[in-house]
Amino acid sequence: MQACDPGCSGGGALNKLNSNPVTKFRLNGKEVVAELPPGERLSEVLRNRLDARDVKVGCDAGDCGACTVLVDGDPVCACLMPVGQAEGRQIETLKGLYASDGIAEKLAARFQDHGAAQCGICTPGMIVSAAALLRDTPSPSVQQVQDALGGVLCRCTGYRKIIDAVVSVGSEPERNDPSGQVGTSIHRLDGMRKLTGSEKFGDDVAPAGTLEMLIIRSPYARADFKFGPLDRVSQDNPGLVAVLTAADVSGKNAFGVIPDFIDQPVFATTQARFRGEAVAAVIGDPDAIRHYDPATFPIEWQELPAAEDTLSAMSDDAPQLHPDHPGNIMCRGVVKCGDAKSALAKADIVVEGSFSSGYVEHAYIEPEAGFAEIVDGRLEIHACTQAPVMDLDSLEPITGLARDKIRIVPTAVGGGFGSKLDLSVQPFLALGALKTGKPVRLAYSRSESMQSTTKRHPSDITLKIGVTKDGKLRGMEFEGVFNTGAYASWGPTVSNRVPVHASGPYFLRDYSATALGVYSNGPPSGAFRGFGVPQAAIAQECLFDELADKLGMDRLEFRILNALGNNMPTVCGQSFEQGVGIKQCLNALRPAWETESAAVAAFNATQSTVKRGVGVAAGWYGCGNTSLPNPSTIKSGVRADGTVLLHQGAMDIGQGANTVITQIFATALGVPVDKITVIGADTDITPDAGKTSASRQTFVSGNAARLAGEALRAKILERVNASADAVLIFDDGCIQVRDQDEPHDIDLSTFASVDGYVLSASGTYDPPTKQLDENGQGEPYAQFGYAAHLAVVEVDLSLGTVTPLKFVAAHDVGKAINPLLVEGQVHGGIAQGLGMALMEEYIPGRTENLHDYLIPTIGDIPPIKTIIVEEPDAHGPYGAKGLGEHALIPTAPALLNAIRDACGVRPARLPATPSRMRVAIKDRMDETASTKA
Amino acid sequence: MSYHLPKDLEETLILRSRAPNQVVAGCTDYFPAKRQGQNGVDIVDISQVAQLSGIDNVDGIWRIGATTRWSTIAKAGLPPCFDGLQAAAREVGSIQIQNLGTIGGNLCNASPAADAVPPLLTLGAEVELRSVRDARNLPLDKFLTGPRQTALADDEVMTAVIIRNPPTDAGSAFQKLGARRYLVISIAMTAALVRLDRGGRIDLARVAVGACSATARRLPKVEKKLLGKFPIDVKISGSDLHDLSPLDDIRGTRDYRLDAAAEQCRRAIRDAAGVGL
Repeated sequence: MQACDPGCSGGGALNKLNSNPVTKFRLNGKEVVAELPPGERLSEVLRNRLDARDVKVGCDAGDCGACTVLVDGDPVCACLMPVGQAEGRQIETLKGLYASDGIAEKLAARFQDHGAAQCGICTPGMIVSAAALLRDTPSPSVQQVQDALGGVLCRCTGYRKIIDAVVSVGSEPERNDPSGQVGTSIHRLDGMRKLTGSEKFGDDVAPAGTLEMLIIRSPYARADFKFGPLDRVSQDNPGLVAVLTAADVSGKNAFGVIPDFIDQPVFATTQARFRGEAVAAVIGDPDAIRHYDPATFPIEWQELPAAEDTLSAMSDDAPQLHPDHPGNIMCRGVVKCGDAKSALAKADIVVEGSFSSGYVEHAYIEPEAGFAEIVDGRLEIHACTQAPVMDLDSLEPITGLARDKIRIVPTAVGGGFGSKLDLSVQPFLALGALKTGKPVRLAYSRSESMQSTTKRHPSDITLKIGVTKDGKLRGMEFEGVFNTGAYASWGPTVSNRVPVHASGPYFLRDYSATALGVYSNGPPSGAFRGFGVPQAAIAQECLFDELADKLGMDRLEFRILNALGNNMPTVCGQSFEQGVGIKQCLNALRPAWETESAAVAAFNATQSTVKRGVGVAAGWYGCGNTSLPNPSTIKSGVRADGTVLLHQGAMDIGQGANTVITQIFATALGVPVDKITVIGADTDITPDAGKTSASRQTFVSGNAARLAGEALRAKILERVNASADAVLIFDDGCIQVRDQDEPHDIDLSTFASVDGYVLSASGTYDPPTKQLDENGQGEPYAQFGYAAHLAVVEVDLSLGTVTPLKFVAAHDVGKAINPLLVEGQVHGGIAQGLGMALMEEYIPGRTENLHDYLIPTIGDIPPIKTIIVEEPDAHGPYGAKGLGEHALIPTAPALLNAIRDACGVRPARLPATPSRMRVAIKDRMDETASTKA
Repeated sequence: MSYHLPKDLEETLILRSRAPNQVVAGCTDYFPAKRQGQNGVDIVDISQVAQLSGIDNVDGIWRIGATTRWSTIAKAGLPPCFDGLQAAAREVGSIQIQNLGTIGGNLCNASPAADAVPPLLTLGAEVELRSVRDARNLPLDKFLTGPRQTALADDEVMTAVIIRNPPTDAGSAFQKLGARRYLVISIAMTAALVRLDRGGRIDLARVAVGACSATARRLPKVEKKLLGKFPIDVKISGSDLHDLSPLDDIRGTRDYRLDAAAEQCRRAIRDAAGVGL
């Protein structure tokens, strides 16, 4: 044995391995050579050394399966395989499979047919896993598909469409109406990019070798800190080029989403207010960043007592998070009508209850990521976002740059659900690029995504509801306390929305609701599908079942009896003359309610260990901002060559805005969708279509698209004095206008071109609302959407486990612009509502990954029947209403009501984990036993 | 840090003798535990050592190579006394994890919730440990010394799991309890191995529970109580589980785990005996 340098492993062949770390393998059929340490993750090597960015990274822990590749035909998580193990083996990724394997091509087609790819970030993992299954099992059962795809998490689709797509791979393709007019279930227009691996998400756009960043974060919920010698960082770590702290914030070190609540620093200055808060960043070449240990960063922490929940935050000795908000009270929302107290006193039956829930994490499979560069003296940021223009609004003061010196180029978004409305990586990227003058890249790890980005508000709700003997509601008092965490984010919106919605879609003359937003040393709570309304709906809908039982009324009929209708005022005093579709939704559930109730009763008569139950719940949600302007503008134009371009700024985060907005525009213009070229939400070239939130894009941006299409059509018709129902045909360099068989040709070559367009038109729409007064009376929204869900569950009384068996979901969408996408939203909302009800709770320091924080897998979502109700809305484009949030709101209460129907218990705190369920079941058994005794 | 990929056992043991280092194979626990910038000790990746992988049976002595992957175990043709182990194999994480993770890695990682342990305890498994200086076998319950703790010496490599003359005429079963269907860490899990006499009474019973104590444990008192009973008459309650000492954590409370484990024992015994749940 010879003497050996440090780092060298020994003699002979071993030396050779270390001094020349070369791994050769076949990637998608081609021999590749990776010269790098054999211990690197295969996923990292594939993405950043071999340009296989169709392999997505969601967790780096084998928890999400997005990075699934085939190794000698077997699906594995590329994030868990050291590249050295790939030596001599055959690696296949989505791109390679699509190009060479007919199975992947068929799968892609079936995924399109079923709308089985929404945001598309899990799609590579799904298709690769499914292809491996289908090679062995050409006609798999549902169970086989679930077993094969159980390792790939999806947060958008609710999985059932994926199952449908895989089991139907051998069947004939479904017809795709190429016209794509409003009301047709056309394929997602951006679907094939997602299904072939070419879609570019936040971490897919930076050139390889770009400088990277690592954020230094607080390990404590509350702590003072002092930096040591920061210049030592780059001296001691070759390859690190810069450190950023609050001192590097060239403008104002503050951001937020609501003008009066801009309270979050980019970097904390002397005290961190939540675990995971950013205090500094290091920038360096990729290897240096990979090897940098944040524990060596020169910082001294002094941990301080923290108030992590609202009870401690409201106590007398609690730390005060923001000096201008004494008692940590962020804000309060109120809606009052009539006299709730005296109504309740006069009611024949009153029920009350307390409900609490914890933080819920959005858990999109794409962690926040992007890159920034300086181009011609301007800052360009490429990142995943739900709100590009809001990003611009925030970065302007943070960087101190003039607005026209900043360009936001959104990438595809791998799920958002509300959290990607807020800034995440953007300010760090901006400051990093400005400081270094070079392109800078940043992708959050799963745990920093979970620690530092917004959550659903934890809630503590007390609710009292009265009825008269005839079953009519008589008074409701709601008090909710919402934990907004260390910074406001969308907390004020939650406080405002909850009292407006806490009545549910029911008629109440006497109502009082207060929602208090409270600061704490928790992660910031922000927007998450429903803005606090799902938490409130749980309280209200669960108590409705108790009321119906006390009345001896059927639980569904009780709801129908009290449901709002046209010309009935909401608790805000707003009456709609048309478009109130909640009764239709509830009525649509009646057949299933009857058959499922009977089936459950028959089942339970023969079973003792497991019991089934059926539950219903309703929900409503006002589309768009609450009594605030939220205009969208959509621009369109025709080029001299006859192509039609649509500047579509409504961010598609998986829900399908790219498709729906185009369908609306195409219908208004009177052309098939395949004639339209869609331009994305690049802030340099596309006007502001507002944020993708509050179920507003189909409604608000859809109207803007309709107006743009109509205006462009009018301009064209005007040219030839054609009548309104003339047919337009866009051809090479001309537009043919056929008006009652009389043809006119518009030769576009003679037209002057402005900004590249010979003809152009924009549409802007802002929904009509009225301010709310101090009692919350007014017109908060121009439209509501309505929904009612039915759930069937099985409860294992001995283990406390709950297995959902079926959902029937009725949704009033006014007009389904694309029924397939409507179903996709419904399925996805149900999956998230199910997770919230049964398994999800984010606990800082405890569940900061996707194996301790559980979201539903493909085995957890039962079959879902979607019933589309179309009660047209006068304000909606072609009658359409928003849908995004509605799909989640009734799910958790329907499940909880089904659980109570099955076994008589309702856990006081969500999620209803097996452990909590079993305690509740045991308590009830003890109670029943002592009553009998 | 150096990363070694030895091809044979001899090379592996030499590398391993140059402590400190860490042995990896499937890496399904190694990568998730890896922290930003912490490069740690040298890695000895034994996944390419062919002789450490595979299942064989020589004269009733079953040998499962330490780097045998879960998917290999799940698909192997084995007698019914291995049904519990195979069921556990199919419940490890996901297909993606089963295609990487190894049985030896699962044991050496020594999670209290390691899926392999309860069924292997009911099979009376030993582990085979090799080093440049020694070769020894240890019963599995002696190998696992605590949560994330084993008797593996710094220079040793686990080379195989050995099961001597298992009761191939016995049935076995595995019960895993989690808050979702796939990719789940057990709240509690139970393996049972049961043989019935001609009259249908239990004449051999082994029961082990995981995730309810520092390491998974056999339950000798429960096993004794089962002898001579018909499987459908078996009743187990929390008070039968005094050997267990579960903790409260995010997945479940202590009381819940005891309660659930008792029910799982009942179900696993019936399942192993083939009488249905």
